Amino acid sequence: MPAVSKGDGMRGLAVFISDIRNCKSKEAEIKRINKELANIRSKFKGDKALDGYSKKKYVCKLLFIFLLGHDIDFGHMEAVNLLSSNKYTEKQIGYLFISVLVNSNSELIRLINNAIKNDLASRNPTFMCLALHCIANVGSREMGEAFAADIPRILVAGDSMDSVKQSAALCLLRLYKASPDLVPMGEWTARVVHLLNDQHMGVVTAAVSLITCLCKKNPDDFKTCISLAVSRLSRIVSSASTDLQDYTYYFVPAPWLSVKLLRLLQCYPPPEDAAVKGRLVECLETVLNKAQEPPKSKKVQHSNAKNAILFETISLIIHYDSEPNLLVRACNQLGQFLQHRETNLRYLALESMCMLASSEFSHEAVKTHIDTVINALKTERDVSVRQRAADLLYAMCDRSNAKQIVSEMLRYLETADYAIREEIVLKVAILAEKYAVDYSWYVDTILNLIRIAGDYVSEEVWYRVLQIVTNRDDVQGYAAKTVFEALQAPACHENMVKVGGYILGEFGNLIAGDPRSSPPVQFSLLHSKFHLCSVATRALLLSTYIKFINLFPETKATIQGVLRAGSQLRNADVELQQRAVEYLTLSSVASTDVLATVLEEMPPFPERESSILAKLKRKKGPGAGSALDDGRRDPSSNDINGGVEPTPSTVSTPSPSADLLGLRAAPPPAAPPAPASAGNLLVDVFSDGPPAQPSLGPTPEQAFLSELEPPAPESPMALLADPAPAADPGPEDIGPPIPEADDLLNKFVCKNNGVLFENQLLQIGVKSEFRQNLGRMYLFYGNKTSVQFQNFSPTVVHPGDLQTQLAVQTKRVAAQVDGGAQVQQVLNIECLRDFLTPPLLSVRFRYGGAPQSLTLKLPVTINKFFQPTEMAAQDFFQRWKQLSLPLQEAQKIFKANHPMDAEVTKAKLLGFGSALLDNVDPNPENFVGAGIIQTKALQVGCLLRLEPNAQAQMYRLTLRTSKEPVSRHLCELLAQQF
Amino acid sequence: MIKFFLMVNKQGQTRLSKYYEHVEINKRTLLETEVIKSCLSRSNEQCSFIEYKDFKLIYRQYAALFIVVGVNDTENEMAIYEFIHNFVEVLDEYFSRVELTDETPPVYALHSQKACFSPGNSPKEWVYLPSLCY
Repeated sequence: MPAVSKGDGMRGLAVFISDIRNCKSKEAEIKRINKELANIRSKFKGDKALDGYSKKKYVCKLLFIFLLGHDIDFGHMEAVNLLSSNKYTEKQIGYLFISVLVNSNSELIRLINNAIKNDLASRNPTFMCLALHCIANVGSREMGEAFAADIPRILVAGDSMDSVKQSAALCLLRLYKASPDLVPMGEWTARVVHLLNDQHMGVVTAAVSLITCLCKKNPDDFKTCISLAVSRLSRIVSSASTDLQDYTYYFVPAPWLSVKLLRLLQCYPPPEDAAVKGRLVECLETVLNKAQEPPKSKKVQHSNAKNAILFETISLIIHYDSEPNLLVRACNQLGQFLQHRETNLRYLALESMCMLASSEFSHEAVKTHIDTVINALKTERDVSVRQRAADLLYAMCDRSNAKQIVSEMLRYLETADYAIREEIVLKVAILAEKYAVDYSWYVDTILNLIRIAGDYVSEEVWYRVLQIVTNRDDVQGYAAKTVFEALQAPACHENMVKVGGYILGEFGNLIAGDPRSSPPVQFSLLHSKFHLCSVATRALLLSTYIKFINLFPETKATIQGVLRAGSQLRNADVELQQRAVEYLTLSSVASTDVLATVLEEMPPFPERESSILAKLKRKKGPGAGSALDDGRRDPSSNDINGGVEPTPSTVSTPSPSADLLGLRAAPPPAAPPAPASAGNLLVDVFSDGPPAQPSLGPTPEQAFLSELEPPAPESPMALLADPAPAADPGPEDIGPPIPEADDLLNKFVCKNNGVLFENQLLQIGVKSEFRQNLGRMYLFYGNKTSVQFQNFSPTVVHPGDLQTQLAVQTKRVAAQVDGGAQVQQVLNIECLRDFLTPPLLSVRFRYGGAPQSLTLKLPVTINKFFQPTEMAAQDFFQRWKQLSLPLQEAQKIFKANHPMDAEVTKAKLLGFGSALLDNVDPNPENFVGAGIIQTKALQVGCLLRLEPNAQAQMYRLTLRTSKEPVSRHLCELLAQQF
Repeated sequence: MIKFFLMVNKQGQTRLSKYYEHVEINKRTLLETEVIKSCLSRSNEQCSFIEYKDFKLIYRQYAALFIVVGVNDTENEMAIYEFIHNFVEVLDEYFSRVELTDETPPVYALHSQKACFSPGNSPKEWVYLPSLCY
């Protein structure tokens, strides 16, 4: 094709462009452009009316100048004039200008829309296409408002030309994606499905794209597309390589259309109709067979197109996950690609195989490729391919190959790219724990992890190993010995010091018999690392030292010397200083018995889901989990109680930052009954405050609960009137709660109304009331913007076992929230039994086309179902004594976070739900409360006591309830309020 | 699903960008810079797919010009990879072997030039990105 041809070739433009290209400097270019702009301006302003050709030429020049990066502030009107020309080239330039330089000038928009409307109605296919392209290119909401209703009509009209149908389908797709609410669904949707049968492949391609997008929202409306797509696919797959003429790409018939059809089918489950399903399976088999045939062309384009179809076919087979034969064949096919010389194919094969590994039918078949995959991990030169290999190893791991895979991953870690080390560490930690048969292997593995990649070992990982060692006494001696050896390395990672410090502090006695690891040796080994460590680690080591004083009295003098040293006692860091002072006093004041009680071995941790898994998922982000969690989507990984969070409170946290008092707040169940609780004693040791309150020793008496007859339910139905079923998305569909979720929740522990959440877009207000075990909550969602929210859908999700503990019924709200408007949602809540985690509130909507989602914790905590109970001092003490089992009590000593004001405290306790009992506690400073938690299944009686110590700015909170987890949970909830 | 389509030269200048999802103008510049950076840093031995934030980049290099397509994670990488080549073939055919170098002006400009220079051209052949784009 010659670049310049005769006729109205716009010579002036060609000259101008070549002038610009010949400019030697930027200045010269600008000069030339300014000259041209002046010329065009004078032409446009001139008295003489310009003909279409000149107008086109000048608009074209303006466009070119704009694309060179200069501002254009005139010429719009001339461009709009061109739209009404009857000459294709003039109209086209007009539309081009409008598409590139849209101007929100309302006067102009009206004219443009008018011109588009005329062209759409013109029945001239070329003009209609130009107009449709312009709408799609601009794609704005205004365009949608003006034309969204017309386009479906053009799309399904019997007399529309193929090219028009094609453009209309794509234009509609564009508008639908930008503003789905503007595209009216209707009778045309049924007819659009039949475009899959169209003669013209371009129309079919456009239609598949449109249907794939539309059917995601309303799958049932488009169900009929399944059989049409299958038969279309079957015709393409079985056609000869030249049948489709223009749509054959390097001897592959319609590759992109095939891929799209296969993707459309992935929006649905396998076809129910046996004939359709048979035909589809036949297609899938044909594709797999063709992959084995010799290529029809040596060109890479041929094999690429063929493989594109193959990979999409395998995706569909994995999506159905119901045809063992096909799954295994797919796996074998991918196995061949694993050693292909094309990096792209190796990458894609590893990726697809990851999915296959999670299917029960193909898991074994995938495992046969383990050696190839390990080899890929070692030799692959591309980091992204190596990462896929690591993902696949993780996915194919089971008990039979765990040791091999873990050791290979550890070896890989030594040379792994920094970007993926943390992820590999998490994966190794998970696999080692999950498939550990003997725990010494597990301990070795984790210590190796720390040795090899200490910087990438997150807190979750080393907390977890401590939990496991603490809970399994068969491995404690081994662990102590191994960490002792590991610490002897001249340079060891700080995480190793942390683990070593903790384990030796707890279990150092198990290896103390060996003279090579005698107590003084252990101590000096640890202390040799002390000065190189961070504050947190040093704090942990100080705790280890005080434990040593208890375990090995012979080290007492040395350790006291260390604690007494000016560098500890006067350390600039408050935490270290406090520990040194407290520990020194403790070691000199307390008798050995007391010391032994205070520093009793840690009780076993409650069994929990690993928080590492949650962390790994967070790292990969939602949606990418499939490659990682071979079929085990546990709800806990949404991380409500994901395990070891270093809250400075609970008994079970080996966090170095945890307060000594917090660590020992409640004695383990096995501890011998001490005259006073350990917590009590510690307070006295350091506070010099008033003497301890009269001890409430155990004396068995009649049951506490039997006396508290629950009042008859008044009218539960009134509260539960008119329930609407809540469409719960599975927990895996929603994101993890926002980071502030816990703080926001804490604000509502003692109050029922207020603003739960607020950002620039959205405000969520809460009003709630609770009676007995029932509650009703009003959520108010306020749109703070001036733009409508679309697809607004707030849902309530019950993570974990919560479903059986709490019933929440929600009513649907309108899917649209207008700018500045507020919608209200009513939640009916019934507490079935005691629960620990709040339900999640997941709010999703589209704002200006962008999806927004937000997960919060719903302010429903167990204390909302408190029924206050008044009682006299005598009764209170009697009941207090009845609840004297160690597990029934939870105690916490904590620093005041707010000013210690008695009135405020009183209000908070009342808000918490219990009754406040006056004249019960001999010390008038203290607060005492009582109440019953009402659930459908049972009632839990609760007594609480809060002792403020104004001098130390601390509180001691004691909760006794008839149910152990409830005590702990209430204690935690309430402690955060002061 | 395709999120955006970019043609960027080795100097990191964008020669063509087309977004199929709304992205603010200032974020586009940032995105394009980062995208081309991650493409330039790769060697021929590496595969043509990059995981980038929550989506994937699929790229091909033609002389000094990169064509990069951003897709969501359900998209078929190989189909897009070959689609880029198809696109280049179409350009090549349509613009009569215009060399795709980093000197290439934006395609829109090519359009307009083409439009002026070959008026006899049948409008049916008109290449418009949205209809071409898949």
